Amino acid sequence: MTKKMIEITSLDASYANRQILYNISLDINAGEILALVGPNGAGKTTLIRTLTGVLPYTRGRIKIDGTDFGTLNHNKRSRYIAVVPQARDLPPFFTVYQTVLIGRTPYLNWLGQPGEKDHQIVKNALKLTQIDDLAGRLVGDLSGGEQQRVLLARALAQDASIWLMDEPTTNLDFHHQSHFIDVVKRLIEEKQLAVLMVVHDLNLVGCYANRVAIMHQGRVFTCGKPKEVLTEDNLSYVFNVPVQIITHPETGAPIVLPDGHNGLEKNILQERNYVN
Amino acid sequence: MKNTRNTYYICLIILFITFIASVGIGSVPISPMITVRLLTNQILGIGVIDDIPATMADILMKIRLPHAILMLLTGAALSGSGAAYQGLFRNPLADPFLIGVASGAGLGAVVAMSINWPTNLIGMYTIPLSAFVGAIITIFLVYQFSRVGKRLPMASLILAGVAISSFTNAITSLLMLQSKEEVHRALSWLFGGGAVSGWQPVLAMFPYLLIGAVCLVISGHSLNVLQFGEEQAQQLGLSVDKAKLLVIFAASLSTAAAVAFAGIIGFIGLIVPHLIRLLWGTDYRHLIPLSILGGGSTLLIADLLARTLFAPQILPVGIVTALTGAPFFLWILRRVKAEGT
Repeated sequence: MTKKMIEITSLDASYANRQILYNISLDINAGEILALVGPNGAGKTTLIRTLTGVLPYTRGRIKIDGTDFGTLNHNKRSRYIAVVPQARDLPPFFTVYQTVLIGRTPYLNWLGQPGEKDHQIVKNALKLTQIDDLAGRLVGDLSGGEQQRVLLARALAQDASIWLMDEPTTNLDFHHQSHFIDVVKRLIEEKQLAVLMVVHDLNLVGCYANRVAIMHQGRVFTCGKPKEVLTEDNLSYVFNVPVQIITHPETGAPIVLPDGHNGLEKNILQERNYVN
Repeated sequence: MKNTRNTYYICLIILFITFIASVGIGSVPISPMITVRLLTNQILGIGVIDDIPATMADILMKIRLPHAILMLLTGAALSGSGAAYQGLFRNPLADPFLIGVASGAGLGAVVAMSINWPTNLIGMYTIPLSAFVGAIITIFLVYQFSRVGKRLPMASLILAGVAISSFTNAITSLLMLQSKEEVHRALSWLFGGGAVSGWQPVLAMFPYLLIGAVCLVISGHSLNVLQFGEEQAQQLGLSVDKAKLLVIFAASLSTAAAVAFAGIIGFIGLIVPHLIRLLWGTDYRHLIPLSILGGGSTLLIADLLARTLFAPQILPVGIVTALTGAPFFLWILRRVKAEGT
């Protein structure tokens, strides 16, 4: 039986009187990647921000490992939930070691003085993400791929069982993208993490995610296994552009292609009243 | 990151040397040996000083020593709070003088002094409080005017600071013109960047500075976390609002206490933290204490120059810090622009 780390039930959230999220219900289990896909403005980042407590929700319930979200203060939440943002948001003047040590913040005393145990955890996190040789370098001098691994190490140091990742691979080239996802996969297995990952590259989703939730206009359009959910109908409708799905010859994962026969596809869509 | 402990030792040694030099150099020179002997005798009661003229001991204990300590504390306060403001606003150009907090504190101090010129130590303790109110109001205004959404662009912070400090300086000048003759003279000296003399101002500012310094030093880790932006800081478990309030309180209190008795001295809070970042690195847990030590020695050196360059004429120390600090400011501006941050 899988363990539910996050249970979201009927969640609404708004920014300054404008409602962004409508009736979101999702579960995220330990040991899996739930990919969050959808067009820009669908509410993916808002959902992440709501789950970190930065944005309060107006209706519904969130349970974190069985505990009601509202009863946890910032400090407790950050022991459960780590956020892996995009690397461009990192201050360049800290060393890699300092940056990863910041992940220990929820466990430090009021002086912020790390102990022997904290240093041990940081060293271990550097090793697991294979950046121990970069410890003394300034973050600003690293490549995008290395910076993204620094953020993974920081999340590891935070020792949280839930990871929220907002487009972590956006600035990475093909090699670093695959490498990054491989590292994440390995960590998920070792630590039984529950990962919610906003992804734009639908083919990454097909290859790596255990489940996918497609968001559309603030709602969960559908949620399920990549093969079941990444269909031509669903994606054409949500992204409002014709697509074609082919199957990976070895893994069987769905591969999403832009449709080459625009006219033909458009006719089909028109028949189904999806476009004008 | 260089060796942290050695950096502290170096800062302490520089502070000791500049302090002895500052106490010794003046119209009546006192050699370092005699200075040390006098100090150990007067403070610790050790050693015999029969061979040293009594006037020399008087000059040292009644004029030079309180003045040097005042400069040391002021430099430490301005530089420590400069480092804290830079961290809080994530802006390398933030300085108590440039963002207008010093001028606001100055106005607060002048209001208190022109209502009632302090004649005793109790009266003196009220001046930093009034300066603190002025500083807090200023920082609130500057923040509100320079904020664009949730961001605080570097240029607008400085522009708002310049505008508000011009405004508060104008009110300060008006108040000074309205005041009695002898108060007027004292105030124009003070707000040209001179200092009040004697032991009383040192005693009056010390408790405020101690509170401010302790709060600044314990804010080091929070400032580190805040460098990742408020949203990430919150996600990392920091109580962002509490942390920010503590930094604003501590930095403004330190600035206020310094300005109340040493006048408005610019650029110390900019130069010192920046040099320490360049030479040692950025970690606010050490950057703040190192800036406090470095600020003390830097203002002692500036004060020494102010007293000796055109002796017997004594310049306000604010002139010396502006002469060196303003070009430094422009240099940092170029560097920051080149980095594109």
